[in-house]
Amino acid sequence: MSATPLLIANDLNVTLAGRRVLQDVVLALPKARLVALVGPNGAGKTTLLRALAGLQPSTGRIAVDGIALTDMSLRERARRFGYLPQGHLVHWPLIAKDVVALGRYPHGSLDPARLAPADESAVRRAMEATDTLGFSQRRVTELSGGERSRVALARVLAVEAPIVLADEPTASLDPRYQLDVMANLRRAADGGVLVIVVTHDLGLAARFADTVLVMSNGRLVAADVPAEALSDAILSDVFRISAYRAVHDDETVILPWTGG
Amino acid sequence: MVTGQTAARRTYLVTSALVVLVTVLLLVSLGTGPVRLPPLTVFDALFGGGSDVQQIIVREIRLPRAILALAIGAILGLSGAALQGLLRNPLASPSLFGAPQSAAFGAVLTIALGLADVRSWALPVSGIVMAFLSVFALLGIAGRNAGLLLLILAGLAISSLAGAATALVMNLSPNPFAALEIAFWLLGSLEDRSFRHVMLALPFIAMGAAMLMSQRAAFRALSLGEETAQSLGVHVPRLRLLVILGVALGVGGAVAVSGTIGFIGLIAPHLMRPLIGHDPARLLVPSALTGAALLLAADIAVRLIPATTDIKVGVLTSIIGVPFFLYLIVRERRALGGGVA
Repeated sequence: MSATPLLIANDLNVTLAGRRVLQDVVLALPKARLVALVGPNGAGKTTLLRALAGLQPSTGRIAVDGIALTDMSLRERARRFGYLPQGHLVHWPLIAKDVVALGRYPHGSLDPARLAPADESAVRRAMEATDTLGFSQRRVTELSGGERSRVALARVLAVEAPIVLADEPTASLDPRYQLDVMANLRRAADGGVLVIVVTHDLGLAARFADTVLVMSNGRLVAADVPAEALSDAILSDVFRISAYRAVHDDETVILPWTGG
Repeated sequence: MVTGQTAARRTYLVTSALVVLVTVLLLVSLGTGPVRLPPLTVFDALFGGGSDVQQIIVREIRLPRAILALAIGAILGLSGAALQGLLRNPLASPSLFGAPQSAAFGAVLTIALGLADVRSWALPVSGIVMAFLSVFALLGIAGRNAGLLLLILAGLAISSLAGAATALVMNLSPNPFAALEIAFWLLGSLEDRSFRHVMLALPFIAMGAAMLMSQRAAFRALSLGEETAQSLGVHVPRLRLLVILGVALGVGGAVAVSGTIGFIGLIAPHLMRPLIGHDPARLLVPSALTGAALLLAADIAVRLIPATTDIKVGVLTSIIGVPFFLYLIVRERRALGGGVA
């Protein structure tokens, strides 16, 4: 990580109900990277993501482009982080395009029926990138799981934030859509965005990410290129597994193989 | 299919149609009573034409009543739509949360303690304070991502408590006539209200409505859940507080002059969803207008139904509203069964 960092976190600590969920996490991540955040259940991945987005109060300092999160208004912060939570929940049967248009909310575009031209084109770009234009006028409740997850992703991309935080965006998707979502995030990273994606799929992490962050018991135990961060030692220490490793089409393949 | 643009156009069309409907109902309301007046005569008398008697009937006797029906119906419809938007839950409404019942308790207590006659500011203020406490307590009990079951149960508990407290006040009332008067007042009515009552309720209703409307766009962002809404720049705790305050001001102010009028806040948004979709931001104004139309119509109906004793408008709205509520329960049965709790 030689480039100047876009996102810096220093000594992040979060205590929930007496338990230290995050312990002294230190991060410095540059732009245009796809970063995979992996770790066993309860390691603190979601908490770290929420803390970075300012959704979870934490001690320590978080800064984007040198500006501390605490010095930003809610809206300024919202323009810097696209946040994709687990589950892609939409409580009302809204129209797909209106959901994507909510990505322009931080930019002051509050009514999806009256988008300014700049917002309209941002929404269009996001929907093109996620291949969701075909059902932009359908209600999200009528879409399949895969389609809905792409709409959720489009909503996050429509923010056009320098940082995208995605919490298990591939969970409960079939293999094709998992690849689809990761390819989308990869493209966003190639376009200059810092993408941090929480995943349990070490194979996807190894294949798509530039950097893998490994968390265990609230601590960051590795931050490196996939081959190093997902070394045999770390897999056995943190995940208590061993993996099958191979190279296919010049790309690293990691497949969790035995537990214990 | 309803696109974003056509949804906006449809909202506009429906809103315009509702404005016309409310205006017509307003004129009919002004013409309904012991002396029936056709709409044109009403219109004439309203603007200083016609005979003196007609002018007095329309402007002094019936206008305050019609204005109150309009304003109270509107704030109830708006409060229902806002609460449903805040909680992302189609069964949310002020009356199911015990807000009017609590406001009524506050008002009854003030009357019974002799702190206020029916026309002082103390009445709406005590109603508002109790309505605020009830909604605040409900959201406190239900927590951040409350399921249907929890909200309904907590609402039931709070409205039962408010009802019991009101009953206690009546029980302890030194003279039976006062108790009877309170009991009748609780049924909810707009009869014999004057411009004093309008002045009493309207400022609070207007304030409450302004607060709820100011949060319009945030309700749409909230469709994605509180966490995502916050990530989009919505100050969720402030939104919650403003909605509770807005509902309390509106419902408290309304109850102070009309007694409890239930179920309009539940029904109005449901009538609008098939027409303009589920977008909680777009539902606010049409729901308010629907609430106004419903209460105006109910208040006209109680004057037209032949009965030896007056039927109170609050009784009528409940008799229509409760079966509607049952219908909604049947429709939401799966969710209530524990699926989406």
